[in-house]
This record gives sequence, C-alpha cells and structure tokens, in this order.
Amino acid sequence: MNTTTTKKYGDRIFRAITLLFALTILIILLGMTAEMVSESLPSLRKFGWGFVTGSDWDAVQGSFAALPYLYGSVVSSILAILLATPLSVGTALFITELAPHKVGAVTASLVELLAAIPSVIYGLWGILVMTPWLQSTVEPFLIKYFGFLPFFRGAPYGVSMLAAVFILMIMIVPIITSITKEVLMAVPSSQKEAAVALGATRWEMIRIAVLPYGRSGILGAVILGLGRAIGETMAVTMVIGNTPQMSLSLLSPGYTMPSVIANEFAETTTKLHASALMEIGLILLVVTLFINFMARMLLWSVTRKWKGGVA
Amino acid sequence: MNLRSITVRRASNLTATVLMGAATFLVLLPLVIIFYHIVKMGISSINIGFFTNIPQPPGEAGGGMANGIAGSAVMIGMASLVGLPVGIFGAIYLTEYGTGRLATAIRFCADVLSGIPSIITGMVAYSLVVVPLKGFSALAGSFALSLIMVPIVLRTTEEQLKMVPATLREASLALGVPLWRTSIKVTLRSAMTGVITGVLLAIARVAGETAPLLFTALGNQFWSRKLTEPMAALPLQIFNFAISPYEDWHRLAWAGALVLVVMMFGLSLVARWLGRTKHS
Repeated sequence: MNTTTTKKYGDRIFRAITLLFALTILIILLGMTAEMVSESLPSLRKFGWGFVTGSDWDAVQGSFAALPYLYGSVVSSILAILLATPLSVGTALFITELAPHKVGAVTASLVELLAAIPSVIYGLWGILVMTPWLQSTVEPFLIKYFGFLPFFRGAPYGVSMLAAVFILMIMIVPIITSITKEVLMAVPSSQKEAAVALGATRWEMIRIAVLPYGRSGILGAVILGLGRAIGETMAVTMVIGNTPQMSLSLLSPGYTMPSVIANEFAETTTKLHASALMEIGLILLVVTLFINFMARMLLWSVTRKWKGGVA
Repeated sequence: MNLRSITVRRASNLTATVLMGAATFLVLLPLVIIFYHIVKMGISSINIGFFTNIPQPPGEAGGGMANGIAGSAVMIGMASLVGLPVGIFGAIYLTEYGTGRLATAIRFCADVLSGIPSIITGMVAYSLVVVPLKGFSALAGSFALSLIMVPIVLRTTEEQLKMVPATLREASLALGVPLWRTSIKVTLRSAMTGVITGVLLAIARVAGETAPLLFTALGNQFWSRKLTEPMAALPLQIFNFAISPYEDWHRLAWAGALVLVVMMFGLSLVARWLGRTKHS
C-alpha cells in the first residue's frame, strides 16, 4: 500500500514539474507582449496614431514618428518575397519532382546549409562584397537602361533599398524552399500517378496534381518567409544605408523597424526615445505574431488533413 | 484540360523543366559565392594569435577574437543551463500528458514564439535584466539567448520522444515502474541521441545570434572579469568590425565569420551523424 501512494505522489509531482516547464512557453510569450506594451505606454500616450502617420524622428526635440521605418520594412520585405517565392517553389519542385533521388537530397541539404548561415555573416558578405558590386556594376546598369522609371533614379550608392531586397531574398529563399519541399513531399503519390497515367506531361502533372494539393501549405511557407523578412535585423542594418526617408527609388538608402532599434536602442538618452523604440518593437511584435499565427494555422491545417486524408 | 497539340505541351514541359533547374541554380549560387569569400578572406587571417589575442586597434597587426570566442562560449553555456532543462522537461510534459487543449496551445505558441524577431527578445531582456541591474551584462545576454533556446529545444525534443515505441513504455509500466521513472529512465534515455541532436542544433542556431546581444551583452574590446560586466561575443565582434572602415578589422571579421561557420557546421555535422547512427 505504501509503495502505491508514493508512486502516486511521485507521478503527481512529476506532472506538476513538467507542466510548469511546459507553461514557460506561454509565460514567455505573454510576458514578452506585456513587457513591450508597458514599456511603449509613454510613447503610445504622447503620440497616438501620429506615431504611424508622421515621419519626424528627432531625438533632440523629443518628437518621434515612425512612418519611414514602417515603409522601409514593408517595401523591402514585400519585394524580397516577390522575388523569393518563384525561386523557392521552383527549387522545391526541382528537389521533389524533377531531380533524381540523390541529387534532390544533396540539393535539399545545401539549402538547409544556406538556412543555417547566421544573419550577421550574410550582412558581412553583403556590406563588403555585394554592395560594392551593386555600386560598380548593377546600379549603373539599371540607371543607364531603366533610369526612365522612377524606381531606378538617382546615384549608385551601393548601400540601398535594392541591397536590402537582395540580401533578404537570399536569406528567406532557403526557409520557403525547405517548408515548401516538406509540403510537396506530402502530396499523395496516387494523385500524381493518376495524372501521369492519364497521359499528362511532368509539368501538367505538377500543375494539376501537385500544386493545387500543396497550395495552402505553400502559402503558409511564403507567409512564414514574410515574417522572417520583416523581423530580419543584422543583415539589413548592414546594407540598407540607415537613412529614414521614403523614396520610390530602390537605389536610395532606407531604414527598417528592426534596424532603427538595433542602431539606437543601446544609446538612448531620454525615456521617451527608449519608449518610442519600444513602440516600434511592439508594432514589429504584433505584426510578426499575426503573420506567424496565420502561417502556422495554414501549415497545421494542411499537415492534419494529410494525416487523416486519402492515402 | 484543353486539347492542345502535343508539340505545345512538350514545349511547355521543357520550359518548366528549364525554369525549375534555373531557379535551383540561382538559389544555390549565393551559397557557393558566400562560402568562397568566407574561406578566401578568412583563411589568411587565421593563426594561433587569432585564438589567443584580443582585438588590436586598427593599424596594429596581430589582433584576434579570443575574448569574443570565450564570451560566446560562456553565454551559450549559461543559456543552456536554463534553456535546456526547461525545453526538455516541457517536451516530456507534452509527450506524457499532451493530449488536451492546453498542450495544443503550448505547441502552437512554441511555433509562433520561434518566429518572433530575436531583436525583440533583446529588448525584453534589456528591460527585465539590464535596467534592474543598472548596466549591460553577460547575464542579460545569456537570459536573451535562453529565451530563444526554449521553444526550439521543446519542439525538437518532443519530436524525438514521440518516436520512442509505445511498447517500450508499456513494458516498463506493466512491470510496475511509475510513470515518472518510466519517462526519465525509458523514454528519455532511449531517445537520448535524438535529444542531443536537437540540443546541438539549438546551440548552433543560438551561436550565430547577434541582434539579442546588441543591448544586453553589448560587447567588450577586452576580457570581462565578471558576469555583471559587458561581454564580447563572436557574432557581435563580426558585426562591429564589418561596419568599421578599417581594412585590418574587416580581415578580423572575415576570420571570425570563418570560425563561426566552421563551428556551426561542425555542430550540425555531429548532430546529423548522431541522428544517422541511431536509425541504421
């Protein structure tokens, strides 16, 4: 009898302890959000909606508005996603549908390798290799042949919105590719075999059997990539030029939300300045929470459907 | 499907094939170029001094990143002390009792949490540790890193624990071993290589983190004596030297990048090797 009771107590204590550790996840998430909100309050109270509509950022005068940073984040991330999505889906299709098994496996692990490189190393390569190349070769070319478009006006600085878009594209491609690959690998082979048996070419098989089945999963992967692009800090800070302006031209420098935090947060002089940066962090947090929530919902629903679906 | 001539269908098939191949080439090209540059620029600055000296002012030869490497090791070690047990025991909860709504919520939050920009983790660590302690410190840096570690370790460990055959656990329970002992002595132990793999991958991921250290550990040109002082870290040094205008410091940054990449890939190679021997 005695052993049974100790057994029970042991299990109860064990359950309580492990539960406590598991709950840490919820505590971290809620705690982080609460902390960011409470630190942003002074700035929220003082500037209200003006914070996201104005563009005056002056630490000396104590007036803060963040539109140029929002603009820079949105433009650089959206353009990077537009460039990265076709490349990623193409590569994922190459790995799953086109390449012989071994080639596909090697390609997949190279993509994983690309995903494992730390952001600061992309930044190092970006600032010391890519931006000089952009300045000497790509940007003069764009100005010469596409200079009539408002997007390619101005002088070639190297550090620019264009550089940020390129480095972000290189960084999010491996993430979107590897998730898309997982999604495509889960497409039931019966569907593909049926298409091929009806005489479809490989591309037709991909179009009618693979892509429709993977659609929401691929969308989830792309949204996840968007979240990563918006929150990316080091590499973008190193190549975007850190100038708070909103220019149509991709050749001019810009600024993003994470970059201004990275550059200014350690050296704030007033409480209000710190609070304004916290509010930018809060906006970033809310946006990335929403994006990740959407993406995970899509990916989770897809994987669940497959587990119970037709085999 | 519309009836198009076989020539058109073949042509579009060929075009698609070429485009997929081209996409793959374009995706892998930066990998080759970046590695080429890291190795080419880094290898010439790597010598014994790089691992024993602290950085020198620009213009003076023979600086190293010894304090950054040591600082990274110290902070990753301290972050692991907190982050690993929390992640692993949390994962045990999810495998043993994780059928209800609460467990689903925890899994979902862990996935969402790992997508939050790490600079925000740094801001939170700043207001929770740096402000109360009245200064930048290695402690704050470790705290930020441990917050990043927990969700990664939790999810990878759970994946590994789930793969332990139910029969093994049932056998132990049938012999009258209490659940908690079964959990630790049977489930966790048989999944050990997989768990270690996950831990190594989490450490590799955290080793490259820069943003959460910017205003927690801050960085240090010299050796730190106490955990309550600012501390150097390898990725921080790479960042500061890369954005400096000095050639000497750029060389150090490349060498640091080479060391960081070799270290991270070494970790993930060991992790993969462990994972592979288990399956075969």
